[in-house]
Amino acid sequence: MAPHEIRRPFKRRPISDQQKRRELSLLRQTQHRSDAQQRARNLASSVISLQSSSPDVDPEILSEAVPELDEGTESESSSFDVRQASRLRGPEARKWFARQLMLPEWMIDVPDNLSQDWYVLARPAGKRCFVVSSDGTTVSRVRNGSILHHFPSALPGGARKKGASGPANSYSILDCIFHESDQTYYVIDMVCWRGYSLYECTAEFRFFWMQSKLAETGACDPPSFYHKFRFSAVPFYNCDQSGLHSAYTGSLPYVKDGLLFYNKHAHYHTGNTPLVLIWKDESCSQYVIDTDNNGEVPNQQHIVLELQEEGKLVTSDDPPVPFSCLNADFVKESGLSSGSLIRFAIGDGGLKCVDGRFEKADLQYIGVSNRARAFADSYSKIMFQYMARHSPLKVEDLASTISHENQQDKPPEVDMSD
Amino acid sequence: MAMEVTQLLINAQSIDGTVRKHAEESLKQFQEQNLAGFLLSLAGELANDEKPVDSRKLAGLVLKNALDAKEQHRKYELVQRWLALDMSTKSQIRAFLLKTLSAPVPDVRSTASQVIAKVAGIELPQKQWPELIVSLLSNIHQLPAHVKQATLETLGYLCEEVSPDVVEQEHVNKILTAVVQGMNAAEGNTDVRLAATRALYMALGFAQANFNNDMERDYIMRVVCEATLSPEVKIRQAAFECLVSIASTYYEKLAHYMQDIFNITAKAVREDDESVALQAIEFWSSICDEEIDILEEYGGEFAGDSDVPCFYFTKQALPGLVPLLLETLLKQEEDQDLDEGAWNIAMAGGTCLGLVARAVGDDIVPHVMPFIEEKISKPDWREREAATYAFGSILEGPSADKLMAIVNAALTFMLNALTNDPSNHVKDTTAWTLGRIFEFLHGSTIETPIINQANCQQIITVLIQSMNDAPNVAEKACGALYFLAQGYEDIGPSSPLTPFFQEIIKSLLAVAHREDATESRLRTAAYEALNEVVRCSTDETSAMVLQLVPVIMMELHNTLEGEKLSLDEREKQNELQGLLCGCLQVIIQKLGSEPTKSKFMEYADQMMGLFLRVFGCRSATAHEEAMLAIGALAYAAGPNFAKYMPEFYKYLEMGLQNFEEYQVCAVTVGVVGDICRALEDKILPYCDGIMTQLLKDLSSNQLHRSVKPPIFSCFGDIALAIGEDFDKYWRYSMPMLQSAAELSAHSAGADDEMTEYTNSLRNGILEAYSGIFQGFKNSAKTQLLIPFAPHILQFLDSIYMEKDMDEVVMKTAIGVLGDLADTLGSHVGGLIQQSVSSKEFLNECLSSEDHTIKEAAEWAKHAITRAISV
Repeated sequence: MAPHEIRRPFKRRPISDQQKRRELSLLRQTQHRSDAQQRARNLASSVISLQSSSPDVDPEILSEAVPELDEGTESESSSFDVRQASRLRGPEARKWFARQLMLPEWMIDVPDNLSQDWYVLARPAGKRCFVVSSDGTTVSRVRNGSILHHFPSALPGGARKKGASGPANSYSILDCIFHESDQTYYVIDMVCWRGYSLYECTAEFRFFWMQSKLAETGACDPPSFYHKFRFSAVPFYNCDQSGLHSAYTGSLPYVKDGLLFYNKHAHYHTGNTPLVLIWKDESCSQYVIDTDNNGEVPNQQHIVLELQEEGKLVTSDDPPVPFSCLNADFVKESGLSSGSLIRFAIGDGGLKCVDGRFEKADLQYIGVSNRARAFADSYSKIMFQYMARHSPLKVEDLASTISHENQQDKPPEVDMSD
Repeated sequence: MAMEVTQLLINAQSIDGTVRKHAEESLKQFQEQNLAGFLLSLAGELANDEKPVDSRKLAGLVLKNALDAKEQHRKYELVQRWLALDMSTKSQIRAFLLKTLSAPVPDVRSTASQVIAKVAGIELPQKQWPELIVSLLSNIHQLPAHVKQATLETLGYLCEEVSPDVVEQEHVNKILTAVVQGMNAAEGNTDVRLAATRALYMALGFAQANFNNDMERDYIMRVVCEATLSPEVKIRQAAFECLVSIASTYYEKLAHYMQDIFNITAKAVREDDESVALQAIEFWSSICDEEIDILEEYGGEFAGDSDVPCFYFTKQALPGLVPLLLETLLKQEEDQDLDEGAWNIAMAGGTCLGLVARAVGDDIVPHVMPFIEEKISKPDWREREAATYAFGSILEGPSADKLMAIVNAALTFMLNALTNDPSNHVKDTTAWTLGRIFEFLHGSTIETPIINQANCQQIITVLIQSMNDAPNVAEKACGALYFLAQGYEDIGPSSPLTPFFQEIIKSLLAVAHREDATESRLRTAAYEALNEVVRCSTDETSAMVLQLVPVIMMELHNTLEGEKLSLDEREKQNELQGLLCGCLQVIIQKLGSEPTKSKFMEYADQMMGLFLRVFGCRSATAHEEAMLAIGALAYAAGPNFAKYMPEFYKYLEMGLQNFEEYQVCAVTVGVVGDICRALEDKILPYCDGIMTQLLKDLSSNQLHRSVKPPIFSCFGDIALAIGEDFDKYWRYSMPMLQSAAELSAHSAGADDEMTEYTNSLRNGILEAYSGIFQGFKNSAKTQLLIPFAPHILQFLDSIYMEKDMDEVVMKTAIGVLGDLADTLGSHVGGLIQQSVSSKEFLNECLSSEDHTIKEAAEWAKHAITRAISV
């Protein structure tokens, strides 16, 4: 039994710098973890808060709507949302909403397994918009984020009325097309329902939910005092021969503007996605080929590209597809700057493709694009429009792809020799 | 059956390598083939007085190693094997061991004592060998002194091995009686008295009940104090060791004895042998430790609970204690600053003085100032150094108000001494004292700054100059610069160090390159100071920090190009790699966000390449540092980090498999979290491998337990990153979480350390639930989680009821309540309403003063409101 060591640290820090780094790393990780949690938790809340910061929300109704758990702390509970919302107003809010829609790519070739993995539906003609119902009111915003209507609805939380539409503090977000002639919001997708986000759900689930839930609320009823516009779920089909036929030729209460194809497994993805596709031809759409500001089809195809650093011209895709380049002097002379959206015409040289990929374009400068535009054109739109003018993808091509798939699916015939 | 092992054991100690190796092999083989026979042979060898001492001692040692090991899992295995032996073998071995206590050779007896204690450590908790203590106690009354000595030693080791609760109080009393009687002055045999005194040291943990009894305590204390006066120096030393241990174990019982103990310790410090004097000083250091802890915990207010009150022993002893300690400061050794292992009475006395200052605060200043003033300018370096050391020692503890004027007056003197004093020793202590001034009296919390525009230039110039001094002085100068920089941590956009930044960096790099930089930890100190300077720098100097990147990278590159190195050189190389990776890590954190991020990220590819090569060097420290740096880099790189994954992955896996160097494993687990947040769903392809490894880690009993809570948190990180794809793993992870949750509910309340661990475990489990809920939110797969809701709510309720959670757990727990409601919604509305958590707990959190708890609670309330009203 030897004597016991009693040496203490002398003229040294008790914690080594390495230990300090270790601790700082842990602190940073903890902070980031909690930030990530916070983001996940607020995904839906921030959508709502934007709305409740709109001027005509009656604060009395807000606090009345908060159930008894709240005793004495109403202001804090609403400040939780308002805190995030306070940073976004007017143009900022528009900008934010402009990025919330899932934007289809244009169909420039036919995807595999169309009949297995895809739904088809006839797109109603009209304005695409995001409809948010909450805190006793409903707001619709068009693609660039500006408000289309502000109205009461029978959607959950969509009107200042208690009853069937559920508690005022639950909310819903729908992806709709407003059809002018019958003043109806046609619902093409469901993003949140009664406070539950469907962002991370497959299209299969969202469509099922949309069909079954929407009717429950009375949102599909004719307009009334607390329900200014009628909502209607767009019928969708499995994209087999008969589904495609129904969507393409079937009679519907609305004017069609092309067909939308949804991949059944895809989540709701904000921005451009190749898992939702739009296809049009003359017989199912009045607007196959883009029109100019006067509603006329120009002789040449017009496209809008975004100018980036060093004169690069790119599409709105992520990642952007570079299309061409502008000379630095020209950029300077024309007063253009990085981020400008610029309109071009495609000249006689057309678009050159090698192995199905774009290689170069004969572009003619027209000028800076209309200010209402939020984005440049996508690659698929430019290509679809180009094909529509030269060698369009026809409905027969779609049908034959499907029937080809079906033949492949048939089990091979085998002779059993027992 | 036993076998002749004498020759094998002697050969196993042969200087001839081949003979030794062969013998070791044979022993191992014997052990594997016939464990019972092997152990019996060893015990027989140990007990046989006819055998050579060397083979007997080794027999005992091998036997001991067959019963215990350092690694937890190996130890467990050995215990199981011993317990599985047949009773007759065990009885024979026990008999051999007890017999050996009477052996005439002291070393053999001592080995047997240790083996007996190991066997007792295994058997007593199993209620086996019940007659052991009785038969040992009967030895005490035998006549031959050496048997008595060996028995007391055995009782000491036994108390060290066995937990007090497996020994009946009656036996405890008998053991203590035997031990204390053995210590008594009436015991004529010195060896017996020494063995008894050392045995008491180990048995003190058993004496709880006896220390509560005034008469018994008085008796023990009297015998211990008398033993400090024994003519035998080893007995005096052992007796003071007992006092040191009593100071921390029975602090609250000492009031009655303090006057006597002061007299004894003072006499020992002034007159006794250094080995005894060091223990006497350590007694006061331990008393200070206790009082510092108590005052920190209760802020000096006796809370009236069962908590130990502060008796202010140090404060009462000040008038005598401080002069005593100041005297020791003058007993420096000539070269103590050059010898890493040095520990002498001057060092112990100075350290104790620092602790006294922390325990009593302002009161120490008037007791020390006259000494400093008298000696600081004396011609004898010992006096100057002692005065400087005394000054440096009292800078932590007293208030800034009390010290400010003194420090301001002394600063110029100190700077001058650091430049001009002829004594290396004085300069060393002066630089250290400057560092202490900057550490405790410079920074955003101090009202009137010590460092101002007028003296900043001079201070930095002097410190940089001193970096060219001897390595030990230069090291302290780097340390002073470290704290100088740290004081400007929260300075805002403009730092007074900016004009000197370039020069400081240049000087520190130069120091790191000194040929003698490996002496006195100089190189480490230089990089640590560099890191702190970078860490506390402002945007004004970010361009200069950016310039540092290629420089440090080049240095790291150079360490990787090394030729064949000797073992010693390789070790130094690895240490340097660790320092450089650490430095890069600090820089990454500094520059990895805008506006410097894009410029900095140009180096990312190259830097990552270097880190991967560092992993190839297989040094734990460097590995850990590189891993931490990669975590920081992943955060800066975001989704772009994906491109490094194919190459990096194997090292990630290697880190997760590193059970032995558990720090590496822990750091890697943290980095997995960083990568999850950086890559989000792009981490999916790697998740099978990562999850498999994490699950293995959790089920391993080899892995240090501190790594397990972060692994649970990491589940949450992964779930949050890959969302519903986590469903692949939930069937493995949920049961693990569930059983860990149950464990954490049962193990609460044992002691502070256990409570702390339990809370970190709870936090990990809760973070996992949070991540899984938020990850599954909005997917059809949420229904998989519904069956777990009752258990999770119960877990939350149980945490709330236990009342021993810390703030971190409180915040995470209430967040999980919200996540549960948010994700499962109306499916669990009813369940939630029934839970205690949704009422009392939620309300408690809503009214918390902690902003983050309140915020999480508001979120939870929001989510619950929605869930129950749909």
